[in-house]
Amino acid sequence: MQPNQASSTTAAQSDIRSLLPSGERRARLRRWRSLKDKMSRYGIAFAGISVVLAFATIFVYLFSEVGPIFSSASTEQQQSYQSPEKEPLFANLERYGEVGLVANKNGELQFFNAQTGVVNQKLQLALPEGASISSFSRGEPRSGIIAFGLSNGQVLVAKHEYNLSYPNDKRQIVPVVTYPLGEAPLQLDAKQQAILSLAVQEGPSGTAITAFTADGRLSYNLFEAKTEFLTGETTLERSEYQLPDAPKTVLKMLVDTTLQNLFVADTQGNIHYYDIRDPASARYVEAISAAKSGQTVTALEFLVGSVSLIAGSSDGALSQWFLVRDEHNNFHLKHIRDFEQHPAAIVQIEPEYSRKGFMAIDAKGFVGIHYGTSARTLMLEPLGDELQPARIAISPINQSFLAFDKNGSIVHFALDNAHPDVSWKAMWNEVWYEGRGEKDYIWQASSGSDEFEAKMSLVPLALGTLKAALFAMLFATPLAVMSALYTAYFMTPALRGKVKPTIEIMAALPTVILGFLAGLWLAPFIENYLSAIFAILLLLPPLMIVAAYLWRFMPAAVRNKLGLGWEVAILIPVIVLFIWLCVSLSPAVDAMFFNGSLRQWFTDNGITYDQRNALVVGIAMGFAVIPNIFSIAEDAVFNVPRHLTQGSLALGATPWQTMLGVVLPTASPGIFAAVMVGFGRAVGETMIVLMATGNSPVVNFNLFEGMRTLSANIAVELPETAVGSTHFRVLFLAALVLFVFTFMFNTLAEVIRQRLRQRFSNL
Amino acid sequence: MRAWFKTGTPWIWLNAGAIALCLVMVIGVLSLIAVQGGSHFWPADLQTVQLKKAEGEPQTLLAELVRTEEVSAVVLRESGLTLDSKAEYLQRHLLKVGNRDIYGRDFAWYLADDLSGWTVDNNATVIERREWGNFYGFPQQLLEADKVVAEGAAVWPELVKRIARANAIFEQISDIEKGDIGRINKGLEQLRLNERRLEIDGADKAAIEAYRAQSAADRAALDAEYAELQKQLEQLYAEAKRDTLVATSAEGKELKISLGNIVHAHQPNAMSLLDKSVHYVGAVWSFLTEDPREANTEGGIFPAIFGTITMVILMSIIVTPFGVLAAIYLREYAKDGPLLRIIRISVYNLAGVPSIVYGVFGLGFFVYILGGNIDQLFYAESLPSPTFGTPGLFWASLTLALLTLPVVIVSTEEGLSRIPSTIRMGSLALGATKSETLWKVVVPLATPAMMTGLILSIARAAGEVAPLMLVGVVKLAPTLPVDGNFPFVHLDQKIMHLGFHVYDVGFQSPNVEASRPLLYATALVLVLLIVVLNMAAIHLRNKLREKYRSESD
Repeated sequence: MQPNQASSTTAAQSDIRSLLPSGERRARLRRWRSLKDKMSRYGIAFAGISVVLAFATIFVYLFSEVGPIFSSASTEQQQSYQSPEKEPLFANLERYGEVGLVANKNGELQFFNAQTGVVNQKLQLALPEGASISSFSRGEPRSGIIAFGLSNGQVLVAKHEYNLSYPNDKRQIVPVVTYPLGEAPLQLDAKQQAILSLAVQEGPSGTAITAFTADGRLSYNLFEAKTEFLTGETTLERSEYQLPDAPKTVLKMLVDTTLQNLFVADTQGNIHYYDIRDPASARYVEAISAAKSGQTVTALEFLVGSVSLIAGSSDGALSQWFLVRDEHNNFHLKHIRDFEQHPAAIVQIEPEYSRKGFMAIDAKGFVGIHYGTSARTLMLEPLGDELQPARIAISPINQSFLAFDKNGSIVHFALDNAHPDVSWKAMWNEVWYEGRGEKDYIWQASSGSDEFEAKMSLVPLALGTLKAALFAMLFATPLAVMSALYTAYFMTPALRGKVKPTIEIMAALPTVILGFLAGLWLAPFIENYLSAIFAILLLLPPLMIVAAYLWRFMPAAVRNKLGLGWEVAILIPVIVLFIWLCVSLSPAVDAMFFNGSLRQWFTDNGITYDQRNALVVGIAMGFAVIPNIFSIAEDAVFNVPRHLTQGSLALGATPWQTMLGVVLPTASPGIFAAVMVGFGRAVGETMIVLMATGNSPVVNFNLFEGMRTLSANIAVELPETAVGSTHFRVLFLAALVLFVFTFMFNTLAEVIRQRLRQRFSNL
Repeated sequence: MRAWFKTGTPWIWLNAGAIALCLVMVIGVLSLIAVQGGSHFWPADLQTVQLKKAEGEPQTLLAELVRTEEVSAVVLRESGLTLDSKAEYLQRHLLKVGNRDIYGRDFAWYLADDLSGWTVDNNATVIERREWGNFYGFPQQLLEADKVVAEGAAVWPELVKRIARANAIFEQISDIEKGDIGRINKGLEQLRLNERRLEIDGADKAAIEAYRAQSAADRAALDAEYAELQKQLEQLYAEAKRDTLVATSAEGKELKISLGNIVHAHQPNAMSLLDKSVHYVGAVWSFLTEDPREANTEGGIFPAIFGTITMVILMSIIVTPFGVLAAIYLREYAKDGPLLRIIRISVYNLAGVPSIVYGVFGLGFFVYILGGNIDQLFYAESLPSPTFGTPGLFWASLTLALLTLPVVIVSTEEGLSRIPSTIRMGSLALGATKSETLWKVVVPLATPAMMTGLILSIARAAGEVAPLMLVGVVKLAPTLPVDGNFPFVHLDQKIMHLGFHVYDVGFQSPNVEASRPLLYATALVLVLLIVVLNMAAIHLRNKLREKYRSESD
């Protein structure tokens, strides 16, 4: 405001124009000022609230990314039309859900538009006169291979593919059928017996066909395509083997893609396992009852990769089985897990093409969507009131499926089932993975192929995180808390003024530097001077007390000059000397007691020793955590009201007694908060563990082995994951776990500190 | 003795020992980095030494002694060495023999017993090459287009002169390649994008055709310019390769090195202390100002320094206003109550949330969601190759800004709370509005606190690596994020970063031994940067405290 000069002038000068702005201008100024005040208020409020919202967004966003992995599957009915075939023998849907295929009992293959049902292409297989189709088999779904067994002992093998092209930037799908073993049927059974059951599979050594004939024989035929070196002609070489111990009846036969194992389900509910690694000496291994007593197996199918079998039984039960190696190196078919039971007998099992899931339909028309690894049932309900699906066909990318109704219509469903492969239970419990001898916690999420079973157990990572944090805290807590006690209570202010900034510099050292030193300098150093490290860790504390004892015998003049509060200055050279001594004596000690190398001695005695191990991480991360604990603990101790300690000292307690009896109890919540903050920091630290551990997700607490932590795992895997995939979301879950965990720890610590501060102010 | 224990003195000493150990560790770490990082640039002597071989003539080596250590015989036997001596412990030397093109490796361990006859030859020369690392040997002749121009003692002065000339040409080449050709490529790309933009916007055929005709002319002009530059470049390359050095390695093998392939040469054994100091300063300077070579294991770290600084500046621009305003809001405007307390505690605690979580958020939310949508809206013409929908400078800065916001908020709030309420009351009593009090009295007084917060956040951001690995830092960025092409600061570009450089070179590099000294040097630069920043912050804060202590008294 303009100072009001006019009012101070005398009356004689009153005709001089007042310097005070006119009333109107003052009002305008007032308005302008109040406007500025408001603008500032709202602007600041806007910025403040938007910052708070931005932080809230982190939380909300992480949840929104993680959420979908726990949601179940949903279907949506799209089109419905009349099926080209009332009773299909086989049905298939192409990846984009545009073209469907049905095969019928007369050997007709019909490709139809999966949106309208219009048949685009019709093929008649070359069935010989008088023969009819008596059995059908489908190989690995991705290979598209199918086989028809005929009543005269012949077999016809076909392969269907969908060729994709993009003329004029529009997708065009052309179905193609080829005949890998020739267009004409092959005489599989020389006795011309009808083939009652058939199993076809393409493997590394050729195409294998297993046939069960009407007279009860089981034969295994391998067709190998051999190319003549000179002429370039391809000939088909066939070898036939009769398998021993054929079952009486056969419901379904399956050969895996390695062509080493044959599984035969009979109509009594047993699965017979044949070892056909060497077909000439094929072995009947065992029969396993795959259904409850009194029930039979009604459907049997491989999951993708043809390792796991899914058996459906007449009471609607679904179970997973695969071969497990026993201690004598023999394989046995083992029951792995059950899925939610359907209300009626399983009619068909339709495996997914690219992951270990499957759909199942039962006699009551319930459709179930299940997943192997996670043992989840994502859906189990009828598709609609009228719909009675007799057969389903799923698209290879799991986004749609066709349901063939009993009355001859097809309903095209869209399917939303993006993340069936993990469940909360599977992430935190032992899971029996394919090819493993027992249940285990394994993290192995990335894969090269569709057949790979992603193993996403968070237990190894969580344990690794705890292991790293634990060893770091073991190293850091005593050092930091004792340092804080000393610095806050005993140290001379002059020294304190130097020490505190030094520790702050320690806090500011980038963790990437610490990690780099830990990985490239400390790890090899510890490996070479392992005995020195142990000597330092164990002998340094007693040494300090010895030094203190010896200090008493110093001349009084020296002692008084470097009075109380300068112990640090005396101890530093002692420590440096001792460390130097330990390191230089270490080779001699090793030579005397450990045959030259302690590290080698460990290995010889059966203790695994990795160069980058928990000891290295403990020291390096401990180093990073010390300043965090120190500064909070020091603050808590320093702020203990002086009159308390002075009272104690006045009553004759020694400084140490005062420390134990007064300072420590008063400041203990603060020290506890400090330790919690340190633990939170150690849990989330990334670079040090990334660089100073081998990053192998092991489940143990061995001091000399590495670990993989949640944070390092994110840093390693997230950049290479497909956006939106289950793996991607699980990594987000790991981040969310870290976030929530550290946030809670820090909040607790902060609340304790605030309480403490209040208590101090009341004292 | 027992009485002594009863007084508690030994326990006090034990506590003192803890802090002493901490100090020893901090100082140890800092001096380890300083010594290892600083000593690399000092020109080490080249030793000529005879290597005893199991059979045949001893081999002559010309090498730098890197370090010596004692190894247990057990370990050596375990690694497959057959040892003659019975000693429990053996000394071995790590020698840098250079000449990767001849020996296949430039570092090798030798047992001290196998080496003899250490001598220092004044003619031994270190030749830093653009490829294959250092060459250690003796210059014999200097050729200009296959004609000998200098021989014997005359080679060295001539060589120094001609290396300077070749390097000058090289500078020209890199100017053309990075500057002009980069500009032409950008221009060509822009023409393509403009056309695509027209198509996406649904312009009619005539407009597109018109643009095509017009751009064809531009394109032809650019192409012509490019051809011209290409010719110029070829000429320069030929010029740079004019001279060739003929040198022999220690065992007498002759090697021709084109001067175009030489960065620098020196004869360490013949250098005086002053020469060495000059060389040291020069080496440090070129380390700080040059681009990396040979998969980051040699050369300088300029792009990493530049990237770090650019990112940190951008981050400061984002974090300062928001952090300061949020702190003012929380301290001065927000209504006190349980909600505010919860918010305040939450904000404080966000400083303790692991940085990788911010990285995950940055990648998912900023890069994929925000960036993806920005690309859809504004950069549709260059899709499917993403512009902002991929990690880059801006997202890295934004993520770090979020990460360091709590630091600025906490620091500013502390500053605001330290200002005595009498000052505030005084201003209000004189009739100032709240905003006037705030902006003219309170905020200026709290500026040092804000500065402290900003400096601390810069120090934190400069050292942070984990989130950056996800949101925009790469091991080798082809161009700097700031250049002479419009819009000068390229926010979508990926950058190099000192901390990531340390991680990448140390843990992803095939030749760790060769890169180790550079790693220490890089670490030293980073640590120096951060220590200086922190010292500044501590200093500022202490000054501030002193000031208010005196003012409130």
